[in-house]
Amino acid sequence: MELQRLVFSFFNGEVASRYWLDIVYGMWVTTYLGAAVVAAGLAAGLALAMLRSFQVKPASFLIVVFADVFRALPPLVVIIVLFFAFPYVGLAMSAFTATWLALSLVLAAFAEEIFWAGILAVHKGQTEAARSTGMSRLQTLAYVIVPQAVRLTIPPLTNRMIAITKGTALGSVVAVHEIIYYASSGASEAGNPTPLTLGALAYLVLFLPVVVFSRWIETRFAWKR
Amino acid sequence: MDQILEVFFNVAVLERAWPFLWRGVQMTFALSLVIVPMGVMSGLAVALLYHLHNKWLNRCLMAYVDFFRAFPPLVLLLFIYGGLPFLGLDLPLFATVALAFLLNTSSYYGEIFRAGLESVPAGQVEAARSTGLSRWQTMVWVILPQATRNVLPDLVGNTLEVIKLTTLASVVGFTELLNNARNVQALTYNATPVVAAALIYLILLWPLVRLVSRLEHKSIALR
Repeated sequence: MELQRLVFSFFNGEVASRYWLDIVYGMWVTTYLGAAVVAAGLAAGLALAMLRSFQVKPASFLIVVFADVFRALPPLVVIIVLFFAFPYVGLAMSAFTATWLALSLVLAAFAEEIFWAGILAVHKGQTEAARSTGMSRLQTLAYVIVPQAVRLTIPPLTNRMIAITKGTALGSVVAVHEIIYYASSGASEAGNPTPLTLGALAYLVLFLPVVVFSRWIETRFAWKR
Repeated sequence: MDQILEVFFNVAVLERAWPFLWRGVQMTFALSLVIVPMGVMSGLAVALLYHLHNKWLNRCLMAYVDFFRAFPPLVLLLFIYGGLPFLGLDLPLFATVALAFLLNTSSYYGEIFRAGLESVPAGQVEAARSTGLSRWQTMVWVILPQATRNVLPDLVGNTLEVIKLTTLASVVGFTELLNNARNVQALTYNATPVVAAALIYLILLWPLVRLVSRLEHKSIALR
């Protein structure tokens, strides 16, 4: 009896057959939102870290302020400010754009700090050697320092990327049509939590391989020595 | 400019919103004060169990940790919030929220402590045991202090993440800071409460961000 009720509530085939297509569509939205966030966030973070390495005082100061602000603010707060507060001054954006922008800013802040730590960790002799071969500062940075720095930063970056792509679920709060949006609207429409089970499964399908892969990365590029 | 001040930094609105925001800050604190210590304890328990090096136990623990790391915390919260009543379990909202975050958080703290325990060289155990300390004493007095020190940046960093995580509770109507700010924003049709909430988070969490940065740079400098 108990088991039957459990199955009826959480693994209801009839309800699942009505909502699984929505969830699959949500998976697609989650995937490309996540990919767009990772691309923009990493690129911006790397650019900021490289800019910071030129050690121009005012620029470095602004970069530190940016990184601190977006590491301190909860991502959901950033999304809500962008989506609900900015329209008051005529800066309305779609829910998708707001979520993408907010998560990209947060990832950029964390990535900047991680890349910067990586750049600092590359031995000073590397810069001196590269410069003395006649490379410009930018060439030194791009061909000598950054490739070594990036290698060091792979494990912490992977963790941060997983965390931020899971953050795409926050988009549901402003009605981005991703997995959790369909799962919870489906659940309340059907009066049955099976769509939530489907949503949970969808996340496991997307993220479990990533988490397992990150374990492999961690041993492969161990941050410690 | 005046318009921006009017909708983002409106003093009159802030005066009306303040009691709600303050109440929200208290709830955010209360929630964090429950989740952080319980998360640290359960994470430590996971890591200690893992350290027993029992093959099957370790597979289970690994599965537990990976499962909850793959699950977005918001999904977990909505699943527990929406699903538990169907199991005939009616937990109070605070307990529901705490349970969801605890499951998520304990796996992260568990991973961090596990890395910490593994970072202590085996010679430390051998030396401690040969002075006559029991296995338990060795763990408490020799291994754990070093392990904790080695992963301190990650521990503090994760604590920062946990506090930021509490904002998700607003989605299920838990009356913490973000939830209250949004409600007052809807009532006053003015963005000031939400902007103020963002500033409050910034002021409260910025010192922690600085601390994490300092610890991280120190640990990199030691390499």
